[in-house]
Amino acid sequence: MHELTYAQAINEGIREEMRRNQKIMVLGEDVGKYGGVFGVTRGLFDEFGGERVRDCPLNEAAIVSFAIGLAIQGRPAIAELEFMDFTTFAMDPITNQAPKLRYFWGGQVSVPLTVRTPIAAGLGFGTQHSQSLEAWLIHVPGLKVAMPSNAYDAKGLIKSAIRDPNPVVFAESIGLYATKGQIPDEDYTIPFGKAEIKRKGDDVTLVALGLLVPKALKAAEELAGRGVDVEVIDPRTVAPLDIETIIASVKKTGRLVIAHVASKTGGIGAEIAQQVVERAFDSLDGPPVRVAAPDVPIAASAQLESAIIPDVADIVKACLSFRNARA
Amino acid sequence: MTLSDEQQIEALRRMWQIRFFEEAAIRLYGEGRYRGSTHPYIAQEATALGVCATLRPTDQVLATYRGHGAAIAKGADPRGMMAELLGKATGMCKGKGGSMHMSQTDVGFLGCNAIVAGHIPIAGGVALAQKLDDTGAVTAVFFGDGASCEGVFYETLNMATLWKLPLLFVVENNEYAISTHVSESISVPNISMRAQGFGLPGVTVDGRDFYAVYDAAGEAVARARRGDGPTLLEAKTVRWGRHSAVAAGPAGANIDKWKLTDPIPRFKQELLQRGVVSEAQISDIERDAKATIDDAVAFAIESPYPELSELQTDMYA
Repeated sequence: MHELTYAQAINEGIREEMRRNQKIMVLGEDVGKYGGVFGVTRGLFDEFGGERVRDCPLNEAAIVSFAIGLAIQGRPAIAELEFMDFTTFAMDPITNQAPKLRYFWGGQVSVPLTVRTPIAAGLGFGTQHSQSLEAWLIHVPGLKVAMPSNAYDAKGLIKSAIRDPNPVVFAESIGLYATKGQIPDEDYTIPFGKAEIKRKGDDVTLVALGLLVPKALKAAEELAGRGVDVEVIDPRTVAPLDIETIIASVKKTGRLVIAHVASKTGGIGAEIAQQVVERAFDSLDGPPVRVAAPDVPIAASAQLESAIIPDVADIVKACLSFRNARA
Repeated sequence: MTLSDEQQIEALRRMWQIRFFEEAAIRLYGEGRYRGSTHPYIAQEATALGVCATLRPTDQVLATYRGHGAAIAKGADPRGMMAELLGKATGMCKGKGGSMHMSQTDVGFLGCNAIVAGHIPIAGGVALAQKLDDTGAVTAVFFGDGASCEGVFYETLNMATLWKLPLLFVVENNEYAISTHVSESISVPNISMRAQGFGLPGVTVDGRDFYAVYDAAGEAVARARRGDGPTLLEAKTVRWGRHSAVAAGPAGANIDKWKLTDPIPRFKQELLQRGVVSEAQISDIERDAKATIDDAVAFAIESPYPELSELQTDMYA
């Protein structure tokens, strides 16, 4: 085992895959010598050279589209977009091209594309650098979306994303980049569509995404002290979504809380809640509860942003909101 | 590059195939045999053939939703195309693509794309892969005057020139959006002038003149194969007919005048003058092209629709 930060774990995952497959390419803004705006691609240029690790002009749509062109020519491509908000400029290739080419061409091509893009929520970057837009993406059939919450998962999931012959958006959390984890020395991957039960519990099922997973675990510890036994589930990928693990948990607990950084309306929380209602309505003691950002643009001021981004206290409160909660 | 007689004859045959294909597509739409829309390539045939005659089977072509011409020119199977148009299981994309998403990758036709200009930067990535593979292969990307106004076109001009990619930009200026004339949408008289700002050669030719297109494309392709980078080739033409089966746009008033510039009779005359073919041979070629498309229509009509089980296939590799 060795210790790496979340950012280093992604770097190591990419590096190992690039060694494994000489065809893999990295494209993005300042991903080369500089090593990426947050240092995630640091050292890749030195090891693999400028042909494979390419600094691009500031044109997100072309970066992702070029990556698609490489991918359909048998070169798995990793495109970095510096903030998830910048996916808006690349929405045509991400939503109209990559996930559809194979389908509308009747299976003639595969698109081994990974779009890496970080979410900066909670760091004071302001509203055009802080959004969590994963719910837009899961609405597009054919697109896979991963949201790692820790260093170990980040490495295992990025390797799965790169090996996947289909397009993946890999939504990183900048707020987790410096968090450390133990990484096995041997090769491993984490499959898509397989949630992890981070903590077993009988009273409340708490599904948390990305940045909120560590906060959910803290909330669960706090609630344990108050006699509420919370089961924390990290879906790890939201498309495909491991709804079976969530439903199995709800059948045990009867209560569901979903926590994400993205704003509430139309968020993934709504989708998870509805799927549970459709399939486990009779097991529910009450309506599922969402912990999410309010429907406002994300303000830059620390004072305002802290009221927007869900925190441990918000999660605790939600878990205690059931009328028949045991605490 | 010099063209053999056989290549020129094949070019004429495919120009006619395109013309007959598009006429059949319009007829079949009128008969209610398929839904959605179709965007005829009529009057632009010389451009697709002039460019594709310079290409090898291993080169790649990407086109727009007005892409049936490029498909046939690159060697796509008219049967698979017509069946695709009618949404049949035997279609080249199993009926999942339709008129605007035809593709046949085994002949180097990397498809039609229905987002205006969306395919241009994808073509850039294809050309980058070719450059890295170092096989001397090139990519030609066809698009219209409308696509030349989209931002990704400029992003790709910049990146392709910067990286010296083996890419041929073929802008087919047919003068019209659905109804808006280029004089109302484009700030320069020739779209090829856009090349100046990006440091690549820009050339304008008469897109209805097969030989003019062939010569200009040949030079651009040779340049790309040498590793000297992309070229922007503007092929000027005029759309005769409707924008699509759904949207009309200008047609009719000037159609008689426009028809005087029909690229096919013009090419035919040149072939006769150059002594490549005789009148009798020309009739045979036309008849043969007609028979190919008639056969494709019959094949498409007789073919079954896809099974509903196909709905979930080809989603993931």
